[in-house]
Amino acid sequence: MARYIALLVAAVILLGFLWFGLLRGDPRALPSPYIGKPAPLFVLPTLKDQSKTVGSADMAGKFTLVNVWATWCVQCRAEHQFLMDLAAEGSIPIYGINWRDTRPEALRWLQQLGDPYVASGFDADGVVGIDWGVYGAPESFLVSADGVVLFKQLGPLSWDIWERDFVPLMADGGASQ
Amino acid sequence: MIPEIGQFALILALSLAICQAVLPLIGAHRNDAAMMGVARTAATGQFVFVAISFACLTWAFVTSDFSVLYVANHSQLSLPTVYKISAVWGAHEGSLLMWILILSAWTLAVSRFSSGLPEAFAARVIGVLGLLSIGFLLFALLTSNPFERLIPAAADGADLNPLLQDPGLAIHPPLLYIGYVGFSVAFAFAIAAMLTGDLDQRTAKWTRQWTTLAWLFLTLGIMLGSWWAYYELGWGGWWFWDPVENASFMPWLIGTALIHSLAVTERRGLFKSWTLLLAITAFSLSLLGTFLVRSGIIVSVHAFATDPTRGFFILSFLGIVVIGALALFAWRGPSLDSDAGFGLLSRETFLLLNNVLLVVATALVLMGTLAPLVIEMMDGSKISIGPPWFEVAFLVPTIPLVLLMGLGMNTAWRKQEPSSWLAVLRIPAIAAVLLGVLLPLMFYGRVSLMLAVGCLAAFWIIATSLVQPIRSLRRKEGAAVITRSALGMSVAHLGMGLFVLGVTITSAFNIEADRALTPGESIEVGAFEFEMRELRDVEGPNYSAIEAVVEIRRDGEYVATVRPQKRQYLVQQNWMTEAGIYATWNRDLFVALGDQLGNGAWSVRVQYKPMIRFIWFGAIVMALGGLIAVSDRRYRVKATKAEKVSGTAPEAA
Repeated sequence: MARYIALLVAAVILLGFLWFGLLRGDPRALPSPYIGKPAPLFVLPTLKDQSKTVGSADMAGKFTLVNVWATWCVQCRAEHQFLMDLAAEGSIPIYGINWRDTRPEALRWLQQLGDPYVASGFDADGVVGIDWGVYGAPESFLVSADGVVLFKQLGPLSWDIWERDFVPLMADGGASQ
Repeated sequence: MIPEIGQFALILALSLAICQAVLPLIGAHRNDAAMMGVARTAATGQFVFVAISFACLTWAFVTSDFSVLYVANHSQLSLPTVYKISAVWGAHEGSLLMWILILSAWTLAVSRFSSGLPEAFAARVIGVLGLLSIGFLLFALLTSNPFERLIPAAADGADLNPLLQDPGLAIHPPLLYIGYVGFSVAFAFAIAAMLTGDLDQRTAKWTRQWTTLAWLFLTLGIMLGSWWAYYELGWGGWWFWDPVENASFMPWLIGTALIHSLAVTERRGLFKSWTLLLAITAFSLSLLGTFLVRSGIIVSVHAFATDPTRGFFILSFLGIVVIGALALFAWRGPSLDSDAGFGLLSRETFLLLNNVLLVVATALVLMGTLAPLVIEMMDGSKISIGPPWFEVAFLVPTIPLVLLMGLGMNTAWRKQEPSSWLAVLRIPAIAAVLLGVLLPLMFYGRVSLMLAVGCLAAFWIIATSLVQPIRSLRRKEGAAVITRSALGMSVAHLGMGLFVLGVTITSAFNIEADRALTPGESIEVGAFEFEMRELRDVEGPNYSAIEAVVEIRRDGEYVATVRPQKRQYLVQQNWMTEAGIYATWNRDLFVALGDQLGNGAWSVRVQYKPMIRFIWFGAIVMALGGLIAVSDRRYRVKATKAEKVSGTAPEAA
């Protein structure tokens, strides 16, 4: 009899466990290990001019949006118009990390679709991407004035997501400073 | 109007399902013939209304009625008609409706072909199936209504996911569901047996047949899914240990164990409570698979849209089924154990080992599938258990399993005489050792430990599975011909041998290369040279594609031309890979386009895959074995004799 009861108990434990798994919410919302922590330091040659660099130093002292993009990424194309609109609105400087891409392709992309970035770093072999824990493009990080990652968006940004997830954090951050 | 009829039919089906569940179960308890008599009529009625509902949804797709939300989300005007039909089960709501349709079809088949069973037993089986129908119909009506309206109607639909616009994927889900849902029949038999308080050998025989039928569909469904992944996902792999693949594989493993355990229960009246437990487990794992796919709890390429309400519903349903069944099992199971003995060297022993190893294999797959979830809940870190873990862990129980398989099927029931046993097995053993070592050496020029083990196991199964059919062919005048049931077993095991051979050779001698190619350049893989002749644009009905024309040569001799494509579907804007494959029976040459690299160059993945067709061919042979076993006339004759009922054969549904 005992082994039959044990079976029942095991099944209940498994079910309870799945129940809590559901309560946990969307598994796609991968939390970044860097949220609430200082953003990884980086320096990259800029996309437009190989002799210049862009990096953490340029971003200090203000809210910045770091956007990881690539020309091979179809979702980035979908996101691009939003970035152009956001840049036009001027509420936040956008820094790009051109990730695992080729320079001619990337330059042509910016020429054709417009350039929303203050500057784009050129990360051909994806090393900075590894530091930042990038899973895939596009990804966007909201970085505070003191260099802390406040939020990470996986997948393309839109105004809805921006208003819902980014704007409140910037308002809070502004109050505490 | 039509969609409303569909929804109304579904509600009527629910009320009939309630009649089908409640009245026969009470009737069987009180031994009330009138109440038990409701079972078959209600099952027929339920099927009719579910079929009407399904037809209405199909109609909405065929006529592109974009005022139905589900149609607007998963179809499109320029979609070819055949995919408009397969789009019915292309996403959650419609595939759930198909699941319900298949469940009611199985119920109908059981009610038609169960006149050989005692009336109370049949009423309980149909009643339990009715309870399951209630659960799924409520699931559809409360959380996943496929007929929800979209007012105002959309001008055009959002298109079917391009991954699903493929003939293989059009029939993969129905086959898989027929298999999944078929285990609900075994489940209902198990519950009915526990309610009755006995599992006699005749019932076991019936259950075995229905289980084999479900199993063979599941085998074909999984095989098609694997084949589709191979040519459509563009990676050239055939199994990825994805959570959802595992979800279909676990019921298959337990279903296989169940068929073998039922053989013992049928022939010897042993393993009764174990058989019941396996029947409960097989269906519970089918439900668990549904839960994993539809709740969004696990990240997978297959996962349907995430919706926690659905997750909670299906989990509650799973909870009721599992806890209810196991509680009944704890109450009734112990009294079913039999103490008839069997010798150490007997078929019973080997079937027991088969069951233990298959259950261990299932447990490993279950652990690997759920481990990422457990670890994440413990310390919040996301990990993934990849194919390397599964590939090693899975071999631990399966290598002994395939080696023992050859012994078991040539061992007598009760007690086997060792000397005659060795005499029979000597020739297959010698053949297996010779072929297992020599074949890779001769054809591929090298051999390693794993390779030798794999080939040896494969030829061992092939040789031992041929023993009984060959004996039957060479029998003396008047000796008994092999039964269909035994022939089916031999064929299914032969299929397993072919499968193991395919897996071993493919994984040992597969060659692949990734290279950037511009037109005119070529790449060499093994003895073959692949030249990209040109790149051109191709327009499909609802996509535009870039097609590479690749010529394959061997030692300068022309072999074939393949045309891999990279398609962009116009509505959803996603890119799909269509691999170019040139296949012969003993090898595939596989070319897939990767990404555009600029300057007219594309990354190209080229693979040489020897004997990969054996993997799917082996699975088809296994299913064929199941079909032969199901067609055994022994079942028909005995059932008829026993019940004095004529013309009611338990045939394939």
